[in-house]
Amino acid sequence: MTSGVADPLEAAAISPAADPGFLQRYGGTIEYILIPGAALVGALGVFGIFVALFGKSPLDLYFFMYQGAFGTWFSWQNTLTRAAPLILTALCTALPAQLGMVIIGGEGALLIGALAATSAALMMQSAPPLVVQLAMVVAGMIGGGLWIMLAGGLRQYRGVNETISSLLLVYIALAILNHLVEGAMRDPASLNKPSTREIGAANMIGSIPGTDVHWGLVFGIVAAIASYILIYHTVFGFAARVAGGNIRAAKIVGLSVGKLIMTICFLAGASAGVAGMVEVAAVQGRTNANLAAGYGFTGILVAFLARQNPLAIIPVAILLGGISASGGLLQRRLGLPDASVQVLQGIIFVFVLASDALYGRIGFLKGKS
Amino acid sequence: MDFGSISRRHLLQGSAALTLGTAFGARSALAADTTIGFIYVGSRDDYGYNQAHAQGAAALKKMPGLKVVEEEKVAETDAVEKTMESMINLDGATLLFPTSFGYYNPHMIKMASKFPKLRFEHCGGLWSDKDPKNAGSYFGYIDEAQYISGIVAGYSTKTNKLGFVAAKPIPQVLRNINAFTLGAKLANPKATTQVIFTGDWSMPVKEAEATNSLIDQGVDVLTCHVDGPKTMVENAARRGAMVCGYHVNQSPLAPKAYLTGAEWNWEALYPKFVKMIAAGEAIPNFYRGGLKEEIVKVSPYGEAVSAEARKHADGIKAKLTAGDYVIFKGPIMDNKGKTVISAGTERGQKDPELEKMDYLVEGVIGATS
Repeated sequence: MTSGVADPLEAAAISPAADPGFLQRYGGTIEYILIPGAALVGALGVFGIFVALFGKSPLDLYFFMYQGAFGTWFSWQNTLTRAAPLILTALCTALPAQLGMVIIGGEGALLIGALAATSAALMMQSAPPLVVQLAMVVAGMIGGGLWIMLAGGLRQYRGVNETISSLLLVYIALAILNHLVEGAMRDPASLNKPSTREIGAANMIGSIPGTDVHWGLVFGIVAAIASYILIYHTVFGFAARVAGGNIRAAKIVGLSVGKLIMTICFLAGASAGVAGMVEVAAVQGRTNANLAAGYGFTGILVAFLARQNPLAIIPVAILLGGISASGGLLQRRLGLPDASVQVLQGIIFVFVLASDALYGRIGFLKGKS
Repeated sequence: MDFGSISRRHLLQGSAALTLGTAFGARSALAADTTIGFIYVGSRDDYGYNQAHAQGAAALKKMPGLKVVEEEKVAETDAVEKTMESMINLDGATLLFPTSFGYYNPHMIKMASKFPKLRFEHCGGLWSDKDPKNAGSYFGYIDEAQYISGIVAGYSTKTNKLGFVAAKPIPQVLRNINAFTLGAKLANPKATTQVIFTGDWSMPVKEAEATNSLIDQGVDVLTCHVDGPKTMVENAARRGAMVCGYHVNQSPLAPKAYLTGAEWNWEALYPKFVKMIAAGEAIPNFYRGGLKEEIVKVSPYGEAVSAEARKHADGIKAKLTAGDYVIFKGPIMDNKGKTVISAGTERGQKDPELEKMDYLVEGVIGATS
């Protein structure tokens, strides 16, 4: 899987090496692709050794991973379906990272977004489906956005560490969800699985035509591209990066850091909130405890692997979606336990973080002879 | 991969291989290489809910001509839809057992509509006429076995205080708590059951805390209804309390403390289902049963169980197995003093009112909300 992706890139990176001007211009970009690619290949190599220790063939492993993740059209759809929520929840970590904040509470924003979206849909059952769907998106964004703004506000105005507060807010969100689903919002007919009422088949957003992949993927890609433009091509994004680089300098030049923090936190939470809305409107059709499936936590991993770059989140989410899609096949064909997929994710994480040390140190990429 | 061709191939093989059999109507034939897929929500060696199903799957593996594929720790989201599709598309599975409650609606229903020629059997769901005909739901009246556990516990307690570690106050769980308590009171009118709800199906830390807290309050016999009873059983045994198991036989974990337990008997039911399909019989879409139908069973008594307790428990067990004993027989009061089943009313196992249970009977210390 990986060698197929990395090899052409490596080839492309090496072949024009004769022209130093090219490397001076694109060396940095190539570095951003080459180093994580190499880290990935290294991680897969180590995982292969790990699997070999259990007496399974690493070649089988790579083949099944490829087959399960990208080998057939069905596998691709499986991968993309799993990637869709991860793009949105990863943005919940990547956007505040521009300000130097480490927010790890995307799961909470997802749950609150789902609850808000469900409430909106249940309150306007007689409206036309398109109106309901739009209201769900808006409600999901506001719900999730306000939730992460809480963590941002605590940090800005009360000096509470945002990493801890956003994580603890996840458990509060889950408690609120369980409380409402088992109490005020419970559908009396949901006997053994307490759930809200269904939003109605007409209000479901369905799949992208011709595929089984729901619209969450499109939402995610649009949000990632919009975030990239916002951060790297607008004055607002520049201000955010300045504040992230040096908060005192930002204050001295007159930037309103508080406003930046609150806005970015809102946008971050809104992304995860949309992920929750999509889980309701495209998958579950209602809110219940099934929504706490850990997408928010996997999103943190995606954001860090993408080095907090909104655009890089898309391929990384697809990669992790693929790993999770192929995990089933590894269990079924190789008899590996489910935990082996987590081992692989962990190895990749360590390799990518360790590879950070290599940036700027690969001589030939700087166009030096 | 084109699913249609697989299905045709399997049907061809089916009619060729089975000399007595034919392809039965819309249902897939039981070909020489029939593949059956099992999906678990947790780990398949959890000494609990998932292990009980895995034992059923293991019984199928011993039958000739069957291939069993398994996947564990599959979330109750579209992940399970993709796992089912992956088993169908990549492994050629024609009979699927998604075993967790949350897999039923919308996930398994969606897949059953998408693959009308395959058979889907779900544990715990309530199949209704609106659901696809190739889908089915089965479950067992395990409260009968809990009633027997209650009798044994009633004889074994010295403090007259029994403890119950429960996941959520939903009908299936309440029914077990109530049956256990009614059994205990039959044996020992002074017995009470203190119940603690942990709030979710798998919360080992809270389960350990609940176990310790119950024992601190003087409880000396414990049982539970959570996905993995291992935590409760091991902690209770370490503290010197006695236990009644749940889901599977946990006596290997606590040989001295284990009195008896309420177990699933999937290793009897699953081969029965497969034989029914092979013989061309239709499995009823809504399939239920208790001790009589051999869907549940009682663990062998531990050495600490007195002869008197064994005699009483065996007597009731024989009546339940013969089908002429009613557990929920009026008058029954709830623990707030309200009559929930009036005198003269007998609620037999198939009574739909019992599926809606929302009370705790007199003798239970605890509240449903």
